[in-house]
Amino acid sequence: MSHAGFIIATYGITFGVIIGLVVYTIKQGRNLSRTVADKDKPWT
Amino acid sequence: MSSAGQERFTGTTVIGTARLIAAKDLRVELRSRVLLNQVLPFALIVMVMFAFALDSDAVLERVAPGLVWLAALFSTLIMVSRSFAVETADGALDQLRSAGVPAMGIFIGKMMALMAQLVVLVTLLVLAAVVLYRAELSWAGSVLLVTTGLTATCGLAAVGTLYGGLAAGAKGRETLLPLLLLPVVAPVLIGATRATESAFGTRGVSTGQGWPWLGLLAVFAVLFSVSGAVAFGPLLDD
Amino acid sequence: MSNDRATSTPFTKGLGFFVVLGIALLIILGIFVSPADVNQGESVRIMYAHVPGAWLAYLAFVMTAVSSAAYLWKRTRSLTWDRIAGASAEVGVLFMAMTLLSGSLWGRITWGTFWVWDPRLTTTAFLFVTYLGYLAVRGLGGTAEQRARRSSVIALLAVLEIPLVHFSVVLWRSLHQRATVLSPDGDIKMDGLMLFTLLFGVFGFTVLFAWLVSHRQRIIAMQDAQQINALDAAVTERLKEVQA
Repeated sequence: MSHAGFIIATYGITFGVIIGLVVYTIKQGRNLSRTVADKDKPWT
Repeated sequence: MSSAGQERFTGTTVIGTARLIAAKDLRVELRSRVLLNQVLPFALIVMVMFAFALDSDAVLERVAPGLVWLAALFSTLIMVSRSFAVETADGALDQLRSAGVPAMGIFIGKMMALMAQLVVLVTLLVLAAVVLYRAELSWAGSVLLVTTGLTATCGLAAVGTLYGGLAAGAKGRETLLPLLLLPVVAPVLIGATRATESAFGTRGVSTGQGWPWLGLLAVFAVLFSVSGAVAFGPLLDD
Repeated sequence: MSNDRATSTPFTKGLGFFVVLGIALLIILGIFVSPADVNQGESVRIMYAHVPGAWLAYLAFVMTAVSSAAYLWKRTRSLTWDRIAGASAEVGVLFMAMTLLSGSLWGRITWGTFWVWDPRLTTTAFLFVTYLGYLAVRGLGGTAEQRARRSSVIALLAVLEIPLVHFSVVLWRSLHQRATVLSPDGDIKMDGLMLFTLLFGVFGFTVLFAWLVSHRQRIIAMQDAQQINALDAAVTERLKEVQA
């Protein structure tokens, strides 16, 4: 793998995982929110 | 507990509890001989398998100290599981706790019993290394080795009892023990191996160079004996 | 739609905006704008993804430890601290894995090997495994209070053991008389823009951390509530059966 390949791989993995985690977190939050009453959500 | 045990129960003092629990654990071992019949053979088999895997007398002699303590660590996992299996079989640990027996006493008692068994184990492993891997032991080296063995097993017994208590009990928890225990005992592995190298004179390391590592082992033993005694109760309270 | 407010609050929405901005800017700065290094060439760009990630992982570990202590101290005991500890650990373990990965890719270029047994890497690997153990303990089941107590004790024991492990490894590796401390950033001449990009990355990831932990902490709260509700429902059902 050339240096450029390593750099792209690193950025790809790092920011890919970050984006994935953010999307997953938002989705999970929305799904759970549907099943839980508002009284259990002290931040709203 | 047997009626004889109840007669001698010295209330809820920590030392009294520790003595009783340690005696109980050692008595169980003497009767069931699990250490003798199962764990020691396992440790010896591990030592033999290292020889199969490494396939070179020179290499074996060189890494003998490391192999001794690796075998000791793997055996510790088994012994810790065993130490708590004895309790959870009849829910004995829960009964002790709800009877108001001080957790610190239980911890110290089990730790002492475990340490005693570990000393036997390590002695055997060192003998095996001398025989199988041609390790050599001088008189000065022996002093270092004995001290190392005592300090290292003390530390191992402390963390083993602490995390073993957590990993015991409900099904599916036993596999937690290696994951929790092995990273924590890394300092013991490093320190004990280096000290043992000095004791054996491996790679030309003199006996004098081993004593600093003993300091590391001692710090570890003291730190985790104290933390373990304090944390055991809160960790196990369910 | 009430779902829009699922785990978001105006505060986290503000954070989120800055996170998106920060990440985009970091990538642009890291890959295009900042200069190549005199010694390492273009491969120094890995640093801008690696170092902020490592920073976040260590920050998360500290957060877990502090939250665990806050939970154990009677005066500040609150399950929120336990949830923050858990959320931090989840995020931390992920970033620690990425740090080890990006670090070994960087090492492959700069040292020629994917791994060396120097104290910093070895301790980081230990920290990673310790995290995994912590998360495993969190998964043991039981009530939220039981989970909180067990895992906070484990976290504080980890705070004790990690420096000890690090110290042992430092002693151990010093035996081998490494003249140079092998680290990817050992021989980088920090140009002003390089330093700025690095610090910007660290800052941006810190904001990202705050966003992630806020959201994930609320998710854990909802999961806990779900469990309690399910339990209550099951008990009510059973009572109805018995009374019928």
